[in-house]
Amino acid sequence: MVINMGNIQAENEEIQKNMREVARNLLNDKKVDMIIGYAQGTVPLSSSPIFIRNVEEVDNLIWDNLCYVNLARYVVPPLTEFVDNEKVNLKVGIVSRGCVARSLIHLAKEKQVNTENIKIIGIPCNGVVNRRRIEKELGEKEVLELSVSNDKVIVKGKDFEKELPYQDYLNELCKTCKVKSPPMSSSLSDVIVGDSLEVTSVEDDFADLVNFESQAPDEKWKVIKELLSDCTRCYACRQACPMCYCNLCFVDQNKPIWFGKTSDISDIIVFHLVRAMHMAGRCVGCGSCSSVCPMGIDLKIINRKLEKIVKERFDFTAGLDLEVMPPMMTQKMDDSEDFMLGEH
Amino acid sequence: MTKAVVKSKQEEEWQPKIIAFLCNWCSYAGADLAGVSRIQYPSNIRVVRVPCSGRINPMFIIKSLTDGWDGVVVSGCHPGDCHYITGNLVARRRFAMLKELLNFFGIEPDRVQFMWASAAEGELFAVMIRKLTELVIKLGPNKKFEKKW
Repeated sequence: MVINMGNIQAENEEIQKNMREVARNLLNDKKVDMIIGYAQGTVPLSSSPIFIRNVEEVDNLIWDNLCYVNLARYVVPPLTEFVDNEKVNLKVGIVSRGCVARSLIHLAKEKQVNTENIKIIGIPCNGVVNRRRIEKELGEKEVLELSVSNDKVIVKGKDFEKELPYQDYLNELCKTCKVKSPPMSSSLSDVIVGDSLEVTSVEDDFADLVNFESQAPDEKWKVIKELLSDCTRCYACRQACPMCYCNLCFVDQNKPIWFGKTSDISDIIVFHLVRAMHMAGRCVGCGSCSSVCPMGIDLKIINRKLEKIVKERFDFTAGLDLEVMPPMMTQKMDDSEDFMLGEH
Repeated sequence: MTKAVVKSKQEEEWQPKIIAFLCNWCSYAGADLAGVSRIQYPSNIRVVRVPCSGRINPMFIIKSLTDGWDGVVVSGCHPGDCHYITGNLVARRRFAMLKELLNFFGIEPDRVQFMWASAAEGELFAVMIRKLTELVIKLGPNKKFEKKW
């Protein structure tokens, strides 16, 4: 799909129109009991998830560049109670851009969702604007209105109006995203409705990581320390991530206590390190962890590194199809041993 | 008298402390063989016996580093020899991932080592331990995770 940079507004309206049509048909044909999508938020710069059961409410569905929440979050514990805490096998349709669909596919592989109970309403995403960065740019000023036109993000408030270049305020991960629409494969043909994309593998040169990785360990440590120094360990990144569905997260575990509860930088780094370890081969790079961070920390390099390791070591990209097993769930006799201590 | 002893200990050259997770079936027996064969290897390692290298939770390694161990080594059976068939193969993928991530976060890659040693390889075990102890000595004490307070 080619993004027509000149006309994002018109493109969004087109996407919105098609999405509502698909949702309406699904509800009318009784193929789903509920649609999970985005609705206008109550304050500017926000969108909120909406759970639709009646056809009349479909017009509340919206799509714009501020729909940053990964809706796959609502079909795995502990948030399933928002969907329905009584009825099992509820059929839901989920408004999905590429990364949301990939999360759902990966969750299906981990047997957390049943593909028979979900419908992926595919939409071709044109990038998500990072609202934290806009807030940072504007400082104390309150934004009352935001619109996208041509290649500009226009923010309006009381006595001011500012135009920001659209490309610069995109989520960092959206800039390197290669799967804008849900990835279609034969086993998913009855699951995906709406827009989709034929992808079998994703090629990437990870040029954005070269600078960081060429540094000496001490310099890397310094950069990471600086990046995470604002972290207050509120765990918003964990709450927003569809892959974090453990009943008991390692940070809440107190027998054994895996790491300290202080706000010392070493504890913060351990949290992010272990979270990265748990995301290995599972992170689809939707960027919702960075979008929800109240301190505006961009975890992009960690997400990208995970993608790079699994791609280069195991030739795997998370959430593309239902057949290939995730790398950390399987093994091969001839896996590379280049990292191990040798005799010589 | 006691004071003098304490002082002389402090003046001694710094020696690293290395925690070694050895699998019960191969590496632990290998270390034992090195011992009964009287093969000399550095006394810097402290051994923890685990049922299999697949038993190692990456948290063990990270916690060892945060608790101040200067080096961590995990040793298991050679691929194909695992008592539990694929335990070490699963562990190998996990370790590859962990080592790359530790490296990415700026922890020296030589601090965390993985190796295979069978029950018959007492000599090899000693050679490896000598080698990795040297590597850790070169890196110096592990201070990255030290807390300010």
